[in-house]
Amino acid sequence: MASNSSGSGSQGRAPQRLRIIAGHLQRPVDVDATVSAAECKAQGGEADVASDGKSVPKRRQEIMKWNGWGYSDTKFLFNKKGQAEFTGKRYKLSGMIIPALKEWMEGTFGTNMQHKSLATPALTRTAVQPPTLNEAFVEELKSTGVPFSHDAEDRVFRAHGHCLHEIFALREGKVGRVPDLVVWPNCHNDVVKIVELACKHNVCLIPYGGGTSVSSALECPQEETRSIVSVDTSQMNRILWIDEKNLTAHMEAGIVGQDLERLLNESGYCTGHEPDSMEFSSLGGWVATRASGMKKNIYGNIEDLVIHVKMVTPQGVVEKSCQGPRMSTGPDIHHFIMGSEGTLGVVTEVTMKIRPMPEYQKYGSVVFPNFEQGVACLREVARQRCAPASIRLMDNEQFKFGHALKPQVSSMFTSFLEGLKKFYITKFKGFDPDCLCVATLLFEGNREKVLQHEKQVYDIAAKFGGLAAGEDNGQRGYMLTFVIAYLRDLGMDYYVIGESFETSVPWDRVLDICRNVKARIIRECKDKGVQFQPFSTCRVTQTYDAGACVYFYFAFNYRGLSDPVHMFEEVEHAAREEILANGGSLSHHHGVGKLRKAWMRETVSDVGMGMLKSVKDYVDPNNIFGNGNLL
Amino acid sequence: METKVDEDEHLRGSLYFSPQTMTSTDSGRVKNEEEFVDVLEELLHSGDLGHALRTFSPSPYDGGPPCSAADLPKAVLESQYLRYVVQEIATEKALSLEEVREEASVILEEMSQKLQMGFIRLMAYMLSKVLKRIFTGIHVNTEGLNALKQAVQESPVILLPNHRSYLDFLVISYVMFTYDIPVPVIAAGMALSKMRVVGEIISRSGAFFIRRAIGSDKLYWAVLSEYVKTIVRKGFAPVEFYVEGLRSRTLKSLMPKLGMMHMVLEPFFKGEVYDVTLVPVSLSYDRVLEEFLLAQELLGIPKPKESTTGLLKARKVLQEDYGSMHVNFGRPMSVRHLCRGKINRGQYNLVPRDLPQKPSGEVQACVSWLAHLMVRMQEEGALISPWSLMASLLLQAPAAALTEHGLPWHQLAERTLRLRKLALDFGAHLNWPGKVPEQEVMSSAAALHHSLVRLQAGRVHLVQGEEDEREDPRRPEEDVTKAAVPMLMLACYRNQCLHVFVRPALLAVAIHVTKSVQRDELFAFFCFLRDLFANEFISIPGESSQDFEEACVLLRTCGAVHTSQQEVTVSDVGLEVLPFLQDLLQPFIDSYQVMFRYLCKDGVHVVSEKQFLPAVRNLATKLILSGELHTHEALSSDMQKNVFSALRRLETLTQLKASELNEYRVNKAAVGQISDILCGKIPPQSLQTTPDAKL
Repeated sequence: MASNSSGSGSQGRAPQRLRIIAGHLQRPVDVDATVSAAECKAQGGEADVASDGKSVPKRRQEIMKWNGWGYSDTKFLFNKKGQAEFTGKRYKLSGMIIPALKEWMEGTFGTNMQHKSLATPALTRTAVQPPTLNEAFVEELKSTGVPFSHDAEDRVFRAHGHCLHEIFALREGKVGRVPDLVVWPNCHNDVVKIVELACKHNVCLIPYGGGTSVSSALECPQEETRSIVSVDTSQMNRILWIDEKNLTAHMEAGIVGQDLERLLNESGYCTGHEPDSMEFSSLGGWVATRASGMKKNIYGNIEDLVIHVKMVTPQGVVEKSCQGPRMSTGPDIHHFIMGSEGTLGVVTEVTMKIRPMPEYQKYGSVVFPNFEQGVACLREVARQRCAPASIRLMDNEQFKFGHALKPQVSSMFTSFLEGLKKFYITKFKGFDPDCLCVATLLFEGNREKVLQHEKQVYDIAAKFGGLAAGEDNGQRGYMLTFVIAYLRDLGMDYYVIGESFETSVPWDRVLDICRNVKARIIRECKDKGVQFQPFSTCRVTQTYDAGACVYFYFAFNYRGLSDPVHMFEEVEHAAREEILANGGSLSHHHGVGKLRKAWMRETVSDVGMGMLKSVKDYVDPNNIFGNGNLL
Repeated sequence: METKVDEDEHLRGSLYFSPQTMTSTDSGRVKNEEEFVDVLEELLHSGDLGHALRTFSPSPYDGGPPCSAADLPKAVLESQYLRYVVQEIATEKALSLEEVREEASVILEEMSQKLQMGFIRLMAYMLSKVLKRIFTGIHVNTEGLNALKQAVQESPVILLPNHRSYLDFLVISYVMFTYDIPVPVIAAGMALSKMRVVGEIISRSGAFFIRRAIGSDKLYWAVLSEYVKTIVRKGFAPVEFYVEGLRSRTLKSLMPKLGMMHMVLEPFFKGEVYDVTLVPVSLSYDRVLEEFLLAQELLGIPKPKESTTGLLKARKVLQEDYGSMHVNFGRPMSVRHLCRGKINRGQYNLVPRDLPQKPSGEVQACVSWLAHLMVRMQEEGALISPWSLMASLLLQAPAAALTEHGLPWHQLAERTLRLRKLALDFGAHLNWPGKVPEQEVMSSAAALHHSLVRLQAGRVHLVQGEEDEREDPRRPEEDVTKAAVPMLMLACYRNQCLHVFVRPALLAVAIHVTKSVQRDELFAFFCFLRDLFANEFISIPGESSQDFEEACVLLRTCGAVHTSQQEVTVSDVGLEVLPFLQDLLQPFIDSYQVMFRYLCKDGVHVVSEKQFLPAVRNLATKLILSGELHTHEALSSDMQKNVFSALRRLETLTQLKASELNEYRVNKAAVGQISDILCGKIPPQSLQTTPDAKL
């Protein structure tokens, strides 16, 4: 039952089969769906898939915040005792007290518990412009049976990603141009119909996956006069088949990362693609933005994982005719699709590589006396091509930040051990607490090899003065990846705004770019009248043969500034200029969207721009996919 | 009037700084003496030995991990850049990598500074003794010191002093040691390292040595530049060098050299440091130790080799009083800020940054711009002594008055006071003590320069040098040379204040020669002069219209002209001011004309600088004797070399490819045309306005 294509061919491995079947038994709808991948299950509007254990309902507002990150039940707050607390039950940190966070915030940003800047509690429907509907389109859409809505909340939810300015505006209750209609196709054919109708009636379509964009990609262009329809792919979320002979799986593109991994895990597989946004971001979104996952060292980035893509464009459906692992058939058409950011069509189905779930996982961490040594170590690891599944290096500020996020220790013993460790590193080893930095590691594979690999990496680290600092620190580092996005909302309650942005850069420029961009941010803030020095930090998150991916975090206290968002954007712009001047790329994996469009031409050259433009002109001459990203 | 001056300051200041970063001392104007502290006076409190043994604990640069002096050579030799160069040279010369590498490390060893605190203290002790003896005060601006102290912690700092005396860099290190600022590493001429004991002391006090003529020695150049860049990258210590390249024999700013400047800036261009801070330093001497040597050198009497024994002989020099000196640290300037919009740092993205490459045109232009800017900042920060004003006026007096019956003192005094007012109107920083009666200021200035002028019965006489013992009559040519010595010394002191007047003076000459009132015609002629005299008067490439504007504003400020959109017309006041300004430049114009005249002579087709100098000197001597030429400055080798460079720059002298003697073909028509324009034979209407085309 694993797939209709492999059919009877996979009886050989009984235990695995059993697991897969067991997985599917719990999920009757999927079984149903896999039988007839070409057919739509949604005729006549069945029950919401959310009730089937899928994470994303049609009405996202039921479980997610409308003006902040993630689940409604999960957030940071300061409790009555003034201690920071993380609410809900979803995460390891949930329900815990974080004693040091308050002091860290006060010390880092000069925040004050008395000075709050709370968000508008609920969306005022009157703030939302009434929809401009294309009646003929709506009429014909009705006849197709594809569910749609022009409810204000539904529309506002799909009008933004998670850029600072987008969330800031929502918190103030401000809503700009939003889609006029939201449609929820249930399958590839639904999308084909929607695109046909859009072309027929000249309606603007904006594909919507997980809504985690940080490039203004989901913003409706101000100048768009046509009716805008948001195509929410969240209901196209089935694994259509798993091919165990070739280790591939075929999915609908709306499936979000956590569902994909969970469902594959139930069958004993994984894709290994774990972007930090994987709880909410969708497969189609990954393809459309050229996403990268934390464990790319083992599994590869999205372009390495994708075997086959189906995309619906105004000219029809584009796809390859076979699943050969590599082809020499002219420029790879997948590369027109990957990174097209919703400007050419809707990705509906994707075949991806899968791997058996790793037998063994081990976290780790290394403390270095300073960032320079840490980078040198990562470079050596890359040179020897022995990077673990993930290796990330945080600078000193982030190291301190990580410390501030340690939950309350339950036992005296743990805190004693912590103290001892600190003493050993700073006093005995002579590391300066204001210089040291930490790398977090994740190893995967079979146990023996993992331990061997671990030793190799720690040996290299030792050559650069690195000291192993335990599994806990490593694991916490990765856990924080998922909760850190919630932290921005807490900051915004106390006049702190911030954002992260990324780049990729050759090895020889890693240190220079880190230093210069951080310094530029501090300088720009100072020049623009920010009272308290901003939080300006970075980490190296990926290693490649010829370079690394660097992430910058930047936040500051905006109390007393008249137009903080504008100022913020100016600083962010300056930081990007600095990145480009230092040989960094426009983006490693966030994409261009509208936020970084201004630099596209200098990034890809005039001719390069023309090439992209000519593809757009052929595929979508009437700009039906008019989100205005990229070009 | 006052407010207008402020406007002008703003105008000049705003060329380089955004208003928000401007402070009251931006244009470098020194409001009063209180802002300066006297280092020598401080010394009285601590005593020389106490001073030398003081705790020295400067705040270090906090832009990266500290770097020890021992790490430097290793970092240089192991650099990727040097590896590339070594490889290249080994291939070119068919040597082994080992051999070339060995050669590189020998060069580095010879070059390296060996900064040792003990030697700094020794030097401080010795200097305390010497400086106290020869100077009545060494005045340092406290604000500049404080800003510098701050700056060395934030970015790599480049100190760019003007170069007027051997003492320059010693005094700067001394001051920095005294005020707890990291002592700089200094690029010093190789000749100094050959002075046995002194060379060692200088080297251990932080100087590194560079050969004068590096020319085409690729390896030497590579080692030097990597050494300098490593110091900047690591923030090892402030780097100090003379952007003018040489000690100015005329006390006038020299056209900047770009090599070292490029080296210190490149780490910023390539993103290896966040920023580099430039600090122009202006050293102003009431009386220059080397004054007598200056004139001799300019007249072609070779300078003594730098040697320890020579230095000991110089002890006679140490018996004299040299008044006071000022060290004015300019406001630290951010290269990042200055280069905004001028440099695309992304140009290094596509090739390894360590790969030896010729700098792009954009980079070269930017380095040149910054270097010229620094020289201009040095000028702005200089303190003008009353004597400099007096020297300017003495030079304008009829030669006979000075040498024979003397110039009435009251006349000189009265004109000096008027000139003082003009200088102040033009924004000069005068070192004119406020609490002392004016007459006393001037008479003590004259007394300080007793080797040059003598006051007798209310008249000023020029001192003509020691009476010759020889009985036999000298040749008249020798007399000319002898008479030239005090004249050139006077010219040197005049040059100390020339930068204050030069832009309005160029306009005054333009007005005088063209007889025009049309702004565009005046501008065209102004640009012609500015371009022709680019080696004499330093101006910033590409900023001719700003300079013209400044000249107009200043002349308007002192009431000499009225200006409108189209016209610049002379006022009644102008009839008094403009002749002075024209006369200020007359020696330059006359001297240039003499040299043009030589080049246009029938027999001259091909010249080399080597032949040009004596030939022109002969012609000038003859003209002086015949009474046709009234300035001795045409005898100055400096001016002669400047003419030669100017004509090369203007492509009227073109190098002969085949010649190994650096010979140039003279384009007589072009030289003649320049000469004709200069004397007004060609009307300004036909001048093309191509500002900076040749700069």
